[in-house]
Amino acid sequence: MNILYNTIFVNGEAFNCSRTMSLYDLLIYLGFQIGSIVVEYNKEIINSNQFSNIVLVDRDRLEVITIVGGG
Amino acid sequence: MHKKTQSLSIELYKHNTPLILAGKSFTSRLMLGTGKYKSLQEAKDSIYISDTSIVTVAIRRAQHAKQLGKSNLIDALDWDKIWLLPNTAGCKTAEEAIRVAILGREMAKRLGQVDNNFVKLEVIPDPKYLLPDPIGTLKAAEYLIKRNFAVLPYINADPILAKQLENIGCASVMPLASPIGSGQGLQNTMNLNIIIENAEIPVIVDAGIGTASEAAKVMELGASAVLLNTAVANACSPCLMAESMKFSVLSGRIAYLAGRMQKTYTAQSSSPVEGISYIQ
Repeated sequence: MNILYNTIFVNGEAFNCSRTMSLYDLLIYLGFQIGSIVVEYNKEIINSNQFSNIVLVDRDRLEVITIVGGG
Repeated sequence: MHKKTQSLSIELYKHNTPLILAGKSFTSRLMLGTGKYKSLQEAKDSIYISDTSIVTVAIRRAQHAKQLGKSNLIDALDWDKIWLLPNTAGCKTAEEAIRVAILGREMAKRLGQVDNNFVKLEVIPDPKYLLPDPIGTLKAAEYLIKRNFAVLPYINADPILAKQLENIGCASVMPLASPIGSGQGLQNTMNLNIIIENAEIPVIVDAGIGTASEAAKVMELGASAVLLNTAVANACSPCLMAESMKFSVLSGRIAYLAGRMQKTYTAQSSSPVEGISYIQ
């Protein structure tokens, strides 16, 4: 087990991020536009005002969702 | 827009009562999809010219900075003026559609539409004709209605299914004219007539419309609105087609309200048969 990094899955893609990263930190680091997305954290929709409160743990799964042309 | 067209539009608008969906009022009976445009600018211009009140969007994974190249749909449209209708496009089962509907409602809140609980419900397991699964649609609709969604279900032109969806509380029904993106126009006229005859909720004909006359025909049948995408996005000039669609939906609606003339098998002369001056 890696003592320095978490492996986090974002939209199915694996990332290594440091152990102290919050959900907010990761989203910013990856360049997502916070106001334009909905985040499912381990299958639960998280309100954006909670992003800083969630500290990521190993094997967490995120789905970062937005609207695109279609429909 | 020059003065002559402006006064023409005002005359037409006088008779164009608003579309009421789930208690909410919309000025346009033309709804547009946002897909397939060559560029975001083209999508934006077409949507603006069409005067639409409601656009459908797909719900998908966001791209992070490394993948991004271009600006996005969210920034392109004015969400104070346009009502978001999230679509569960891509969902093959009721369970998938329910999840995406919930995500769609969250997205509407992000755009400032906090009371927007609308969902266009698509449950489509068939990749070839994109025909909707009636049973999955009914199941998902039932669940979502209990969760306080305004459900607009996409269905084949099945009059019995349409009435069942109305009875469980859908805000409208959206029967298809022909397969999505096919541009085949109205292929289900008989069934659409029956649906419209029986419906006490708005009937919004969706899918397969290819050009202006087809949109007008839909409205002449008595549909409450029409949803189209490819007809505009894949036209040689999408902005021109968007403008044409605006007028044809208005025109068809007013023709419906006017009550068309009766068809006869034989000719009915327009000129009097008496008083003809013959050569002596």
